Amino acid sequence: MPVEEPGGKKSVPGGLWTKCEKCNEIIYNKELGKSFKVCPKCGYYFRLTPKQRIKLLLDRGSFRENYANLKPSDPLGFVAVQSYKNKVKQDQKKTGLSEAVISGEGRIGKHKVAIAILDFDFMGGSMASVVGERVTRLIEKAIKKRIPVVIVSSSGGARMQEGVLSLMQMAKTSAALGLLDRGKIPFISILTNPTTGGVSASFAMLGDVIIAEPRALIGFAGPRVIEQTIRQKLPEGFQTSEFLLKHGLIDMIVERKDLKNTIVRILNLFSS
Amino acid sequence: MLAEVEGLDFERPVVQLEKKIEELKNLDVNEKVDFSQEITSLEKKCEKLKKEIFGNLTPWQKVQLARHPQRPYTLDYINLLMSDFVELQGDRGFADDPAMVTGMAKFKEETVVVIGHQKGRTLQENMVRNFGMAHPEGYRKALRTMKLAEKFSIPIISFIDTPGAYPGIGAEERGQAEAIARNLKAMSELEVPIIVVIVGEGGSGGALGIGVGDKVLMLENAIYSVISPEGCASILWRDAAKAPEAAKALKLTAQDLLGLKVIDEIIDEPLGGVHRDIEFVGRHLEKKIKRYLNELKNLSVEELLRKRYQKFRLLGEFIEVQPSRKEKTEIKKEKK
Ligand SMILES: [Zn+2]
Repeated sequence: MPVEEPGGKKSVPGGLWTKCEKCNEIIYNKELGKSFKVCPKCGYYFRLTPKQRIKLLLDRGSFRENYANLKPSDPLGFVAVQSYKNKVKQDQKKTGLSEAVISGEGRIGKHKVAIAILDFDFMGGSMASVVGERVTRLIEKAIKKRIPVVIVSSSGGARMQEGVLSLMQMAKTSAALGLLDRGKIPFISILTNPTTGGVSASFAMLGDVIIAEPRALIGFAGPRVIEQTIRQKLPEGFQTSEFLLKHGLIDMIVERKDLKNTIVRILNLFSS
Repeated sequence: MLAEVEGLDFERPVVQLEKKIEELKNLDVNEKVDFSQEITSLEKKCEKLKKEIFGNLTPWQKVQLARHPQRPYTLDYINLLMSDFVELQGDRGFADDPAMVTGMAKFKEETVVVIGHQKGRTLQENMVRNFGMAHPEGYRKALRTMKLAEKFSIPIISFIDTPGAYPGIGAEERGQAEAIARNLKAMSELEVPIIVVIVGEGGSGGALGIGVGDKVLMLENAIYSVISPEGCASILWRDAAKAPEAAKALKLTAQDLLGLKVIDEIIDEPLGGVHRDIEFVGRHLEKKIKRYLNELKNLSVEELLRKRYQKFRLLGEFIEVQPSRKEKTEIKKEKK
């Protein structure tokens, strides 16, 4: 389950203007901010940082981060062209995050929730020990406090540099969701671009309700791996949110501007 | 296939010497000439050579052994260890997936449900078995039979041997990720003992999709990895030829995984690999499975599930620093 490197594309460079990655339109940053980073011309979804995602989804000032004291180690002493330790440091600096997930508690339209947000800019949002542990602790806390769980995924899969320990996080987080089931506490899974590999093959696809952002890449294997295996070009729109909806794999596709309202409506139904 | 006749590169000297000994033995019988001294000396030489070559295998050599074309597959183990096997087919929704074998059998007088990936021995067989790479219907079939096991309080034995879950168009259309994810959750909650044996290739999510259990055993030369060494090498070294380095870095051998507590026990293989003597492995495996089944049967369902949860809960390594003063105040506030 490889993690594909983000490809060096910055989501939004600093300054007053941003060029759309898809249609090349020059967009005034203020305008982009107002549209939750959706290109006003072509509808392209720029990636949100976890902080921007919190701002989008949570009631103002309600977010309290937890488990920030869990930091990545280097269990295998992994060295490829670049050492794992260096790669972690580099991505910590790039994103300002300690790991590929932020977890915490907050409110969404007055509903208390336990929330985790993965960041693709940190090693491709890959799942490794800290990501698995933060997500699992968050779920366990949600069971104790009897509050719904919301996880926003964006990930290329399991992290190679922690080897099979990354793989085991899939079992660990999924088992925790089993306990959440027994507690009859809802889990809303939000899939954003991209969600593949070990994250999609564990908690991301286990939501009681699964919501995807439009045109996100969602799947088990990455499109390149599939193309190499079957030696043919993939059909247009393959593995997009729209494709998954058509094949019955997700509940709905929701525009970013409507995401919070949709979650609130769902939580209202669960809580009455 | 060359490998079937000649063996892997590194085992070729042994295979060739064994062939020569075999030829001499046949001559001995046919021509009534006594070669016994020469045979004995060659056999000694062969034993020494085996120790030299197989005594200290590199991770990459183990990868090759785990994929050896003569390595026993799931059905070989079922035939060896069990009797009265009845295959159950189909996921009841879409199709039967021959890359996954499921059924019921007797193991030491006791009924078990057995599931496992199944590779093909020949190209024709692999057209059917898809090289042991299951589609979603394979994982769903496995779950269906595991639910059957739970319904009738029958323990489950799962054999893992796959390069990975199949990456293809149909697999994605039918929700490969969902099928695996669902199995991970469901297997953590099944109210019967589950014993997992990694017999060959433990290829990532495709392996784990039937790999959650109370005890995880692994053959000495099997591998279990988050990604194939070739895949890892082509991404992190940008060169698939660096697979031997990746195999070492990924810590995918049974010895490595025992150290990381991902597996509970290593099942010894004969020098050079299980394909040289499956009975040897069969005897060990039978004893171990029996012992663990007895041990697990003594647990209450609550205890069984609690232990299984803890087993996976504790996997992973990270640094837990003391929360900062600000975080501590938050925690205190929360407790009030
Ligand atoms: Zn645009």
